[in-house]
Amino acid sequence: MILSIQNVTKRYDKHVAVDHVTFDVPKGSVFGLLGPNGAGKTSLIRMITTITGPDEGEIRLDGEKLNDRTPEQIGYMPEERGLYKKMKVGEHLMYLAQLKGLTEKNARKEIDTWFEKFGITDWWNKKVEELSKGMQQKIQFITTVVHKPKLLILDEPFSGLDPINTTLIKDEIRALNEAGTSIIFSTHRMEQVEEMCEHIVLINRGKNVLFGEVNTIKNEFKQNLYRIETPDTLPADFGDKFQIMPTSNGYITVQLDNEHQSGELLRYLVQQNIHVTRFQEILPTFNEIFIRRVEETQN
Amino acid sequence: MSKLQLIIKREYLTRVRKKSFIIGTLLAPVGLLVYFLVIVGLTKYESGGEINVVVQDEAGVVGIIPDEKGVRYIPSGGRTLEQLKEAVTEGQYDGVLRIPKLASLKQNDLTIFYYSDKKMAPEKREFIERRIANKVRDYKIDSLHLDRASLEYLDTDVSIDPEKITEKGEDESKYTIGVGLVIGGIMAFIMFFMVMMYGQMVMRSVMEEKTNRIVEVMMSSVRPFQLMLGKIIGAGAVGLTQVVAWIVLSGAVMFVVPLLVDVDPQAMQAPVAAGQPQIDPEMAQGEAFRVFSELGKQNWTLLVGSFVIFFLGGYFIYSSMFAAIGSAMGDDYGEGQALVLPVTIPIILAFYIVAFVGIRNPDSGLMVFASMFPLFSPIVMPFRMAFSPPMWQIILSLVLTIGAAFFFVWMAGRIYRVGILLYGKKVSFKEIGKWLFY
Repeated sequence: MILSIQNVTKRYDKHVAVDHVTFDVPKGSVFGLLGPNGAGKTSLIRMITTITGPDEGEIRLDGEKLNDRTPEQIGYMPEERGLYKKMKVGEHLMYLAQLKGLTEKNARKEIDTWFEKFGITDWWNKKVEELSKGMQQKIQFITTVVHKPKLLILDEPFSGLDPINTTLIKDEIRALNEAGTSIIFSTHRMEQVEEMCEHIVLINRGKNVLFGEVNTIKNEFKQNLYRIETPDTLPADFGDKFQIMPTSNGYITVQLDNEHQSGELLRYLVQQNIHVTRFQEILPTFNEIFIRRVEETQN
Repeated sequence: MSKLQLIIKREYLTRVRKKSFIIGTLLAPVGLLVYFLVIVGLTKYESGGEINVVVQDEAGVVGIIPDEKGVRYIPSGGRTLEQLKEAVTEGQYDGVLRIPKLASLKQNDLTIFYYSDKKMAPEKREFIERRIANKVRDYKIDSLHLDRASLEYLDTDVSIDPEKITEKGEDESKYTIGVGLVIGGIMAFIMFFMVMMYGQMVMRSVMEEKTNRIVEVMMSSVRPFQLMLGKIIGAGAVGLTQVVAWIVLSGAVMFVVPLLVDVDPQAMQAPVAAGQPQIDPEMAQGEAFRVFSELGKQNWTLLVGSFVIFFLGGYFIYSSMFAAIGSAMGDDYGEGQALVLPVTIPIILAFYIVAFVGIRNPDSGLMVFASMFPLFSPIVMPFRMAFSPPMWQIILSLVLTIGAAFFFVWMAGRIYRVGILLYGKKVSFKEIGKWLFY
């Protein structure tokens, strides 16, 4: 485990921002930290990054309790980003890299490597305010990863990026992950979760409401829905035998009692000599799981 | 380099390299230079050029007056007033000065008349009045058969020279107070200026970091306390740099001015002084000597040493409060004004105490209290230092100031840590109070 959150609670005044949350982030994984606005994600991230401390519970990074050296092992890109506008890009990166514990020499070396990778070697003496927003995002990304952190925490990393830069950053994240960096993604964009994450935790109202592997969760949440595509008309008694779900897209969706019933359905269709062009189990999207779970726990 | 050092370095360098800082630092002494040149130029300027005045002395008091300060006195030579007026109209003279007869030697009030269609410059008018008054005085002395030398003895310059009774007290002279006021005043002013200007600079910088959201990135690398402390120390170092630069440059200006213009020490005095008996150069030298000996009498090691400590104490107390206020404020500076006021009031109050009470009596009860109270002491005590207050008061004040500095920095750290990460909330003092115990 790269990160282990044990029974962590954080209170502000009377408000409980994080309420006895427990989960683990496997080493080398891409992990989704999900939840609606105000669920307690930022409070949780702030505890992991040692900006604040938990009132109860324990957080361990790579088996070690959080300590003064923890910040040097974590790279955090907050959703609300910022840089010193008047500083030169090179100096700014040197400053943040050194604050993360790099020596001057190493910082310079790492920054040069990233500049080359992004093809921005001539940016060193530019002022931050001279850069476009997308360019600033690139710099922000470098500041997050320049010290080679074990754990990368990215809060909505693609917001405000154009498709080209999104791909660029996405590729870099993948490369870092392949090189062994564990990554925590905090996002609302569920298609990104499905695309990138292997594990997720869903937080709502400060509580852990869903945790596990993406594929396992999808299977858990499936409602035994099957889609049938056919040019033929279904027999009149079809509706008595199977429950047809109302759909808007013209396909026939059937909800079965359990997954073993799918054979029965297929057999019936064959017996009735229905020409089936497509037969498919419908797995829930993460969007649906997210909304369902949040609504369930709201009550 | 430690994180704190890195922060201090950045805070210092980014400010010192700013154009506004460089311009401000260089321009202030240049402004001073221009100011002095203008003053010197103005005092050397004489209004109106020379005028010719024909004097009709009906009283027979003035005799012959030598030409002085752009005024030429011409005797009437027995001509009547009408003839003289005509001569003025013809342009021979600028005006006629008629001195009527004195009613008696007891007359204390004499009106003399000046006939002309042109106005006389106030400066010349004053000068002529004084000159005639002196002449009348001489006339009276002669008429009353008074001994001029004896009269000189009547004027006595009285000054109190404080002397201590016991040995441990040090001898003071009349210069002690004056020199003390100047030294104390300068120190109080520097303190006031630095605390106000650089304290607020810290506040704005904290606000800026909060509004442009860099703070969240910073917080994941350093402790909030490190960032706050680094900022305070960095800005303070900038302030010291500026003050030292100003002192050096001003010193250079003071040295350069006399070389650029030929400054007559007498000319630096206001024109009112003109015509009064000249100060004996030997006496003037004695005066300067006594001022210098008074300066020498000050315990400079103690004075400068404690000034530095008070400066640091006061700066830390106030700039940490400003930092805390800045962290609690949102991007709306106007809204935050209500929070700033309670911090600026004590500084201004301390300055007023010095300006209105300290100057009249540096050892009054209020001054003693104010020099102990940590919010006032950094400004009030350096002022009192020049008047050699009792040692126990200095030490107590120093201890209280240092203690308060630590306390305020600690307290500000507690507030800053919470405030800096809080957005979109209007904050009251009650709310800030709660943060102390988070």
